Amino acid sequence: MNAIIALSLFGISNLFLGFLNNRKILLPATLLFILIALGLNFLDWNHEYVWFSNMLKTNNLSVNFTTVILLSALLVVAISRGFGDDEEHSHPAEYYAIMLFSVVGAIMMVTYQSIIMLFVGIEILSVAMYVLTGSDKRNLRSNEAALKYFLMGSFATGIFLFGVALIYGTTGSFDLNGIALSLSHIKKQELGIYPAAPILFAGVILIFIGMLFKISAAPFHFWTPDVYEGAPSIFTAFMSTVVKTAGIAALYRLFSVSFLTMYSVWGNPLVYITCITLLIGNITAVYQQSFKRMLAYSSISHAGYLLITVLAKVPGTNSSLLFYSLAYAVATISAFGVLILVSEAQAKAGKPDESFDALNGLAAKNPFLAFVLAVSMLSLAGIPLTAGFFGKFFIFADAFSHTSSIFKGILTIAVLMSAVGVYYYFKPIIAAYLKKGDIEKIEISPIYKLTLILTTAITILLGLMPDLVKNIF
Amino acid sequence: MLTLTLILLPIFAGLITLATKGENAKVLALVASLVELALGAYIYSTFVADSSTQFGVTYNWIASAGIKFAVGIDGISLVLVLLTTLLVPFIILSTFNLAYKNASVFYALILFMQAALVGVFTAKDAFLFYFFFEAALIPIYFIAAVWGSENRIKVTFKFFVYTLFGSLFMLLALVYLYLKTPTHTAEITALYEVSKSLGVTEQSYLFAAFFIAFAIKMPLFPFHTWQPDTYVEAPTAGTMLLSGIMLKMGTYGVIRLLLPIVPLGVQAWGGVAVVLSIIGIVYGSIIAIQQKDMKRLIAYSSFAHVGLMSAGIFAKNLDGLQGALVQMLAHGINVVGLFFIVEIIQQRTKSRELEQLGGITQTTPKLSVFFIIIMLGSVALPLTNGFVGEFLLLKSVYEYNNWMGAVAGLTIILGAVYMLRLVQKSMFGATTALTEGFEDLNTSEVATLLPIALLVIVLGVAPNAILKVSEPAVSQLLSIINH
Repeated sequence: MNAIIALSLFGISNLFLGFLNNRKILLPATLLFILIALGLNFLDWNHEYVWFSNMLKTNNLSVNFTTVILLSALLVVAISRGFGDDEEHSHPAEYYAIMLFSVVGAIMMVTYQSIIMLFVGIEILSVAMYVLTGSDKRNLRSNEAALKYFLMGSFATGIFLFGVALIYGTTGSFDLNGIALSLSHIKKQELGIYPAAPILFAGVILIFIGMLFKISAAPFHFWTPDVYEGAPSIFTAFMSTVVKTAGIAALYRLFSVSFLTMYSVWGNPLVYITCITLLIGNITAVYQQSFKRMLAYSSISHAGYLLITVLAKVPGTNSSLLFYSLAYAVATISAFGVLILVSEAQAKAGKPDESFDALNGLAAKNPFLAFVLAVSMLSLAGIPLTAGFFGKFFIFADAFSHTSSIFKGILTIAVLMSAVGVYYYFKPIIAAYLKKGDIEKIEISPIYKLTLILTTAITILLGLMPDLVKNIF
Repeated sequence: MLTLTLILLPIFAGLITLATKGENAKVLALVASLVELALGAYIYSTFVADSSTQFGVTYNWIASAGIKFAVGIDGISLVLVLLTTLLVPFIILSTFNLAYKNASVFYALILFMQAALVGVFTAKDAFLFYFFFEAALIPIYFIAAVWGSENRIKVTFKFFVYTLFGSLFMLLALVYLYLKTPTHTAEITALYEVSKSLGVTEQSYLFAAFFIAFAIKMPLFPFHTWQPDTYVEAPTAGTMLLSGIMLKMGTYGVIRLLLPIVPLGVQAWGGVAVVLSIIGIVYGSIIAIQQKDMKRLIAYSSFAHVGLMSAGIFAKNLDGLQGALVQMLAHGINVVGLFFIVEIIQQRTKSRELEQLGGITQTTPKLSVFFIIIMLGSVALPLTNGFVGEFLLLKSVYEYNNWMGAVAGLTIILGAVYMLRLVQKSMFGATTALTEGFEDLNTSEVATLLPIALLVIVLGVAPNAILKVSEPAVSQLLSIINH
């Protein structure tokens, strides 16, 4: 919990560091700040504490998710390279500060005990992301993306808040356990004739929609491709890892604690939403020409796999969820790490390009980058001996151990869509290794290289020894 | 412990190969594969011919999922391990006259592939089997996609996605069975036990899941569409790996997993599998007869042969399984020999088209002799290696169903037609512009073809060397299937 306080202070001090004329200090300072937060986070390990008058509550699950979030943030910051040398147009101090603030929001989203704190967390995170999305001021697409994200995001937050109000009206509580307690008094068979039932149901569904928007589940995903494509790649990487992890963890916490007894209300819609998300995410990704847009749809499809764990709600799903989030995050950061370098090299050569063709012939002069890309794609596709395989494996196993027969249907779709996934995740590999292109040798700074080595190593290591994370509980 | 060495040796050798430059990679890979072959031979000589699993090791690998690193060799595995260790040196040797770009990576991939193949054939844990099954796909994909010919990218991609798609269903089936085991373990023998509690409907679904995976891998009609193109586009060493060893992963999978795990499913649906296999035999043979491209012709012949193996396996009697095992070994040897000869002809004449070839025999006594011996093995002439397997397989299919046996028997006639046509059109007749002055085999080529030709005859004369070793294990498996 100290991580939240520390990161807020660090964010402010980052702004002040911006007054120094030395920009080079910002990157190491931010990395150090996140590392300190990571250390502070572990102080809460094995301590169930409530904080700030029952507003936040730490437990091992929240500590783990915070770790994934901080780790993702650390890796993304490490590949930011101080945001270039463009003195006039880039504002690294502000960017880093905003990133730190948004991490504060993300951590709140995984440690909340009161739904109000969830709302505050979502807002901190979202507002920060709106700003970062539009940070490339001279780029029309970046501006468009920011506006789109802001408008849609505000609506989603509004819907979410409306849901919270209705829930408060029927249960008289903002507290996760308070709501659960209040709902537990209603017996299952009485749920339909409970006088306030329509309001309660509406509340649950509205909260649900607001959360699904944040993790870009279909049919609330329309903002995702445009925003991902328009935002500067580094912030897209941040969005698709930190925001996604925080969103799914928040959703899981809310529905596994508060609304478990109301499974019959949100379970069925979630079944359809999961299936639609898997179908839309994967099938649309096949038709993308842009690597970045493909990653956006891939992020939608992974939301689908993650939702299966929320649905399955069997013992052990929390560690499956954690494992999957981590596997997805490191692989995605690898992919964006390569994309950023390649698209920059292409822009320097005078033909800015973020399509698959930009990767053509990457392996010839940049075998390291091609390998990093290949491993990350294999992991996202769920090929054995990478972390992504075990991510899917644990989720499938969870779903199978569920007795309800509907899971067999979901699984069939999930498996078919995994096969579709192989199709589009192989496009970058084919481009990099098999097609001819003229990418020159790309210079990589040591810290950037180290980050890519780290993400690749984690991907392979978790593919060989998934128990390192899976058994953490 | 020996089994583990058998898997790790190629991996380490492959890693060292990666670090070498130029010609060294070839030699290093060859030496490694020969050491591996010696290990294989040692295992064969010390193997006690009973139904037990020998040379095994078990480590806990992923406790949370009950996955063990359990490998070992029984009579069935031994045949396949022999096949793998035997063929890889020849495959490497067959590339000695070629200069591949990035040769060190090429040879390293072959060695990695070998490790994965041995892993598949020795895994005692179903998930471990699955890992190796998938892991074998990645090196062969890159071998075919990087060093293949013109159309390779599209074709190999189809191959990769198609086969991966199939095995995902197997994964689902395995997860399902694994969750049914009382102690959550995925040991293959534990899965045999679990299946006893499953009804016909459940087993039918599981049958379908396994069948799709293995039928695509073999491939059986109508899942074969990836095969001819991939064989043609892949570099010859890749084609040898694919047809010589990799398609046996499918047949082995049926023997090791499908038959014993879902016996009721096989009872209900095995007939369909036999019929599909037999359609494949006839269909593959007829298409092979019409081919103009030598490599494509052999690809279709391979498709027909694997159909017969699969028919024999799904007939699930002793002769069928034994015949399939012998035939897997024989087919592997023959097909590697045949593809190598095609490669030699292509190198010298720059053509694989039967129309443009002919008259090669006039200048090449050595090549002609080897070609004809291997061809006869492939046609299954008595006293060659193809005969024993084919005889046992046909006998088993005949016992299963007389009519099916009769149709499957067409393979003898059709096989002779396309193989003789292959030899006749390419080797005999008038010399063409391309085959003018065809040079006979050089030393490294003889070094590859001579042992293959010898094996064709030795295994034909003494098939018991294989049959006796595998029989106890096969009988035990059959007792599980027909309990």
